[in-house]
Amino acid sequence: MTRWTPDPTFYPSPREAVTAPTEKLAYVAAFDRAASRPDAIVVLDTDPDSPEYGRVVGWTDLPYVGDELHHFGWNACSSALCPTAPHPHVERRYLIVPGLRSSRIHVLDTQPDPRQPQIVKVIGAEELAKRAGYSRPHTVHCGPDGIYLSALGGADGEEGPGGIAILDHTTFEVRGAWEADRGPQFLAYDVWWHLTQDVLVTSEWGTPSMIEDGIIGELLLGRRYGHAIHFWDLAKRRHVQRVDLGDAYQMPLELRPAHDPTKSYGFVGVVISVEDLSASIWLWHRDGDGWAVTRVIDIPAEPADPADLPDLLKPFGAVPPLVTDIDLSVDDRFLYVSCWGTGELRQYDVSDPLHPVQTGSVHLGGIVRRSAHPSAPDEPLAGGPQMVEVSRDGRRVYVSNSLYGAWDDQFYPDGVGAWLAKLDVDVDTGGLTPDERFFPHGDEFRGLRVHQTRLQGGDASSDSYCFP
Amino acid sequence: MTLTALATLAALGAFHGLNPAMGWLFAVARGLQERSRMALLRALPPIAAGHLASVAIVAALVAATRSVTASSALAVLGGVLLVAFGLWRLLSERHFRWAGMRLSAGQLAGWSFLMSSAHGAGLMLVPVLVAEPVPGGHSGHLAAAPVGALSGLAAAGVHTVAMLGVALAVAVLVYQVFGVGVLRRAWFNVDRLWAGVLVAAGLVTLLRA
Repeated sequence: MTRWTPDPTFYPSPREAVTAPTEKLAYVAAFDRAASRPDAIVVLDTDPDSPEYGRVVGWTDLPYVGDELHHFGWNACSSALCPTAPHPHVERRYLIVPGLRSSRIHVLDTQPDPRQPQIVKVIGAEELAKRAGYSRPHTVHCGPDGIYLSALGGADGEEGPGGIAILDHTTFEVRGAWEADRGPQFLAYDVWWHLTQDVLVTSEWGTPSMIEDGIIGELLLGRRYGHAIHFWDLAKRRHVQRVDLGDAYQMPLELRPAHDPTKSYGFVGVVISVEDLSASIWLWHRDGDGWAVTRVIDIPAEPADPADLPDLLKPFGAVPPLVTDIDLSVDDRFLYVSCWGTGELRQYDVSDPLHPVQTGSVHLGGIVRRSAHPSAPDEPLAGGPQMVEVSRDGRRVYVSNSLYGAWDDQFYPDGVGAWLAKLDVDVDTGGLTPDERFFPHGDEFRGLRVHQTRLQGGDASSDSYCFP
Repeated sequence: MTLTALATLAALGAFHGLNPAMGWLFAVARGLQERSRMALLRALPPIAAGHLASVAIVAALVAATRSVTASSALAVLGGVLLVAFGLWRLLSERHFRWAGMRLSAGQLAGWSFLMSSAHGAGLMLVPVLVAEPVPGGHSGHLAAAPVGALSGLAAAGVHTVAMLGVALAVAVLVYQVFGVGVLRRAWFNVDRLWAGVLVAAGLVTLLRA
């Protein structure tokens, strides 16, 4: 049933979204690496005035096993206010939760009890394959005309091409593949857009066989993983331009366009350079009639004793930063960069997007460092800050520590564990401080690993705005 | 046309103009995107043209048909259609689907035409058109059809002028004075009200038939 007034979590502009109230709950994707128990959506209490602050307060098991939950998203967001197909009286209520390994798509209703989401629909892998020709669904974005869902693999055992499937806003049924003309695009990973400029951007990881059993050294050194991003005409659904970062820059993953719809730039994080194991952040921007990329941040690998390194890294004698997630605050001022290998979350002031300035850093975990959380200083941590989510007001940052089952096992072979931390942001000068009261970890997650976090009411990577 | 009919057409035009989905919000978005009030103002005429086309097709069809057939049959048909469409709009959760905001003037008019048609903007005028006395009293002659259609076009014109006037006023007010933040509080569910008006208009038409 539709509402009489717009959903209060929809904001016409990023400027207004930063005034949003503090989130009271967070939803976290948790998965069982052994695939012997169901994955779950875990609910965390993020209300500092609550007695259960920082604790797991809700848990919804999925109906099957082996899904490998990864990313997920809302059925509707601020893009519902966009003027060409407005529908602001729907509710931000359903979580669209794909299984990256199973290709099943789950729909969870966060009402009537937001702490106990209910599974209301499961779309099987065969339906995604039949209707859209895709498998391994990944990123979910609420678009003006449907829900956009990127997928890494092709259907019926085909490696690719990966692409975007469109889900109906109301029934959540798979309507079909989004692309009218995919040009040279084959690899897929993330998708986002400049909504008011009719521009859609996609990035590249690898096909299912390149990722599902772990990173393959020969393919990496052979520069066979993705190393380009693609620009599309959002209205015509056509490929416009492939921008190559150079084949040394393997795996451009998360795409973070400016939230201000009048701006035409965005950031993409690159996992690793095969030349020196560094990670990098690139800025895409307009260049004449087309698009160009500029490398704006380099994060070097850190030398290490091979004895401290997993087999995969022993020959190199260094820890790669492995930038696997980035997030841009809603006001487009701070960029957060997860260095999952070195166990560091960095904060950059990107007010001048071509010239980022580092303003903060927190160490947690890391392949060699194993930095502890201040609330449990005697517990060395495995994993590192990985998925990073920023509150709408930009004052709180949440990080979780698992990357992807098979890759966790390679880089943290003695176990990645499970933890989630919250960092407080000084929004005036920059800077990050771990919140000692907020550190759900270990048994709280009942043996499951934790991946993406979504904040109740929306967060920095959930909403798009049509008004500046 | 009677004064009452004109006033009703204008009132319905104002109602359509007020609805953010019918175009003023798109004009505001273009103004804000390009940081230019001119961009806002330039967007409104194509939006009005698309609305006019959508409404005029229905109006001309109804008026021309009325010139050649018994009005009660048309009223019953129109009334049933209105009630059915209104109920569908009320109960269906589907919304108009469109991706793409960088439109030429022609595309903008096309968008507005489709948007207005999907909302049944022209249908809402049916009770007024059906209640009008047949021009010249030549009902029953095929030759009367063009004259009838003309009066339908005039009705659509009056309606669209009112729609454009209100859309312009609201767009400029939101752009210059209130800001789009007002949407969060003031954008009540016009679609539901709209569907209710369609059903009511259908019932009125049926009762009169």
